[in-house]
Amino acid sequence: MNGSKTLLTSYVSQPGEIKTSSGKTLRTDEMIINMGPQHPSTHGVLRLEIVVDGEIIVDVIPHIGYLHRCFEKHAEHMTNYQQVIPYADRMDYVAAMNMEQGYAVAMERMLKIEVPERVEYIRVIMAELQRIASHLVAVGTFGIDAGAFTPFLYAFHDRERILDLFEMTCGARLLYNYVWVGGLSHDLPPQFIDKAKEFCKYYRPRIKEFNDLLTYNEIFVKRTANVGVLPKDVAINYACSGPMLRASGVNWDLRRDDPYSVYDRFEWEPQVGKGEMGTVGDTWDRHIVRMREIEQSVNIIEQALAGIPEGNVQAAIPKRIRPERGEIYARTEAPRGEIGYYIVSDGSTTPFRVKARSPAFVNLSVLPEISRGAMLADLVLIAAGVDIVLGEVDR
Amino acid sequence: MEALENLGVWGSILIAVVWSALPIVFILLYALVTLYAEMKIAAHIQDRLAYMRTGWHGTLQPFADILKLLQKEDTISSAADRKLFRLAPYVVFMGTYGAFSAIPFSSIYIGSNIDLGVFFIVAVSSLVVVGILMGGWASNNKWSIFGAMRSAAQMVSYEIPTALAILIAVMITGSLNLQDVTKFQEGGIHNWVVFGGPLPLTQKLLLIPFTLVTFIILFIASLAEVNRTPFDLPEAESELVQGFNTEYSGMRFAMFYLAEYANMFLVSAVTVALFLGGWTSPFGSFLSGPVWGLFWFIGKCLLLVFLQIWIRWTLPRLRVDQLMYTSWKVLTPFLFVCIFGVGLILVL
Amino acid sequence: MAAVRAYFNNIWIALTTVAVGMKITFKHLFVPAVTLQYPDVKLKLPERARNRLYVNIDDCIGCDQCSMVCPVDCIIIETIKSTPDQDLGTTSTGHKKRLHVPVFDIDIAKCCYCGLCVYPCPTECIVMTDVYEFSEFDRNRLIYSFSIMTPQDIELAKEKLKKAEEEAAAKKAAATAAAAKAVQPSGAQALKPASPEPGTPEQPGNS
Repeated sequence: MNGSKTLLTSYVSQPGEIKTSSGKTLRTDEMIINMGPQHPSTHGVLRLEIVVDGEIIVDVIPHIGYLHRCFEKHAEHMTNYQQVIPYADRMDYVAAMNMEQGYAVAMERMLKIEVPERVEYIRVIMAELQRIASHLVAVGTFGIDAGAFTPFLYAFHDRERILDLFEMTCGARLLYNYVWVGGLSHDLPPQFIDKAKEFCKYYRPRIKEFNDLLTYNEIFVKRTANVGVLPKDVAINYACSGPMLRASGVNWDLRRDDPYSVYDRFEWEPQVGKGEMGTVGDTWDRHIVRMREIEQSVNIIEQALAGIPEGNVQAAIPKRIRPERGEIYARTEAPRGEIGYYIVSDGSTTPFRVKARSPAFVNLSVLPEISRGAMLADLVLIAAGVDIVLGEVDR
Repeated sequence: MEALENLGVWGSILIAVVWSALPIVFILLYALVTLYAEMKIAAHIQDRLAYMRTGWHGTLQPFADILKLLQKEDTISSAADRKLFRLAPYVVFMGTYGAFSAIPFSSIYIGSNIDLGVFFIVAVSSLVVVGILMGGWASNNKWSIFGAMRSAAQMVSYEIPTALAILIAVMITGSLNLQDVTKFQEGGIHNWVVFGGPLPLTQKLLLIPFTLVTFIILFIASLAEVNRTPFDLPEAESELVQGFNTEYSGMRFAMFYLAEYANMFLVSAVTVALFLGGWTSPFGSFLSGPVWGLFWFIGKCLLLVFLQIWIRWTLPRLRVDQLMYTSWKVLTPFLFVCIFGVGLILVL
Repeated sequence: MAAVRAYFNNIWIALTTVAVGMKITFKHLFVPAVTLQYPDVKLKLPERARNRLYVNIDDCIGCDQCSMVCPVDCIIIETIKSTPDQDLGTTSTGHKKRLHVPVFDIDIAKCCYCGLCVYPCPTECIVMTDVYEFSEFDRNRLIYSFSIMTPQDIELAKEKLKKAEEEAAAKKAAATAAAAKAVQPSGAQALKPASPEPGTPEQPGNS
């Protein structure tokens, strides 16, 4: 018995070795590849050090910091709490309204300001429009990484219309400085509501077209189903949030579970991944959760547009922001997950410390865990499914 | 040809050179047109305009691209294997161009009318694999090696469905010589092999499902032979920068590109000659003749090239193991069934 | 058996979804393109568009609000106080100008186009226009100087200010000297303690 066992094992290779017919062992090396800071597919300047054995990934080590712009240090030198808003925009430049809203919610809780209803409705409309725009970037670039170049352009065609709406309101297309502590910088222009309703009507059929072209395409499904599966408990332990968490089956959405603003007045559902095309928590689930969230956002926008009250959007903006000594942590739901602001005030008009808890940074930390054992071609899709924006990861 | 024999040895050599240089002239012109057409079709699929500024609607852009590639600096990385690096693009192009000699462009023009036609084409176009492996290895770059390995695996495994599909067409028409195969399909669209060939009606109707499936499978396998999406993993831009092309720049890169477009035309030409009636006119004797034959042949090939471009800009790409699965577990078994069916129908 | 059915089902789904995708892209071949041929055709910007800054220096009162609120410190303002005999006029909004503005530089390369400088300006003299084509070859040309004071004007203003300050200093010195002199001779009167007001505690040395 023992003898036959040794006979068998001497002809069976262990991982990382090749046994020649004469019984010698050759070690095959694992290759270390750099998906460097400049790469067509990493969404920004991210360096992924990949240890591969053939095509199977053994380990992934992300190196970040290439886009660090000292947001938190800048915030400590501002003479005014309102001046931090342009810097907050630039953290996640694809979802700027949500970043601004997070900061405004944190400051308003700290100063105990109650903003007018109109302000809340408009903030919801802008945040949801921005959520659609950000998810369009995410799914478009996801398509490119999978090899489908066309859905990206369809997504950006629709995104242009959203950016036109933003430009009409506050003058800028990407970095708005619109949501201020206590209110907004401009009221809606007169033609905004009609144009926004037109956009919602135009956009619903385009969601279906996009799904037909990319999401339900069998090649795409085969590439993304059962790839990069993130189990529920791992997701919660790594503090993932946003679509990554919801795709793993956890029904947690800050708009409903840690309420802020007026989301409780609208009918909408957080979307949870059900593992329709593979396992719960794979990359296809993350994609379909984002597509369904886009639909829900369109619902919210239509309801908000129908019920927007009158009012003065600048009524509650304080002339001088001087909070008492203290600290606050407030979190809101950005398209990528939970954006949290931890603000410490020392009683003066200058912030003492503004720390931003960025969702993409935390979501990126789970990348090595879910990509072990995947193939190199899958890693690109897994990284794209996490939907990182380096501005937010590095701040 | 008989009158020209009187010109003597040098005359006949000159004639031979001109005769065989015609395809390369054609390839160069066709590459320019296809470059432009691909970008324009891609743009209109994506609701945008492509080149508009050089020439009317950008028609001079391919010339500008060629000029740009010609004047680029010729860099070879210091650790690269210089001989192989320099040789690789030409090997790839030779593999494609050599096969052009057996393609019947018209009833009067075929490079060399050998009886082994299709066999020769399949054999010579396998040189492309050697060239790609050379290019990937000689670049001394991990990404290039990845691309080259994947490409070699892909092309070798898709030779099988290609050869089997060609075998089916050969079984129906009875000859490996492409000129004979084309002449066999003369007489109109109902005589094309894809619709059963010029056979008695019962046999034809029984053959049609098999030939249609074979035609589709040949088209898919030929997409994989030329490394086009959905099978373009060797040059997957989003993953491997440019695959085995990463270290190439300037004219060598242009050579790879030219070889890719020539290969697209080659596989379309083989498909057209075998299944879609080659240079015969779909209307029978109306609009047929040597010059019309050229027009029909190039027209049908360009239609298939358009189909390849259209598919490229629609579909995502397959992963390596899914590619292998498609070839070995889907295309090949279907073709075995088709061979069996076609053989049975032809015998009975 | 289920595996065989799944196999054929897979192939069928693959073919149908590919066909659906191809139909969508084929339809889009006939949709007119949405590209604008810039620079022959330019997009019309909405009226609130935030692009290059412009300062109407005639309206500037030198209050420095815009410079203080700028998050990237791209506005540099220096002012010279004017003497009461100078009349700098009023702005178009009715504010009286009391400060000369010799230096009003905006480094438009640093500007982050947030628009924070526009709101605090009392005379609305700094605005964001819709000009977005202002590239330069030399970076120094991107520092816009809006002040229109010539060097002679600046010298004149500084001189006047210096003279006025000296006069004021001299007057103050004379006043304190006079006050000190007034204290000395009538010492008895000076030492008269002030009568304490009802309610205030008596403090020693209260004179």
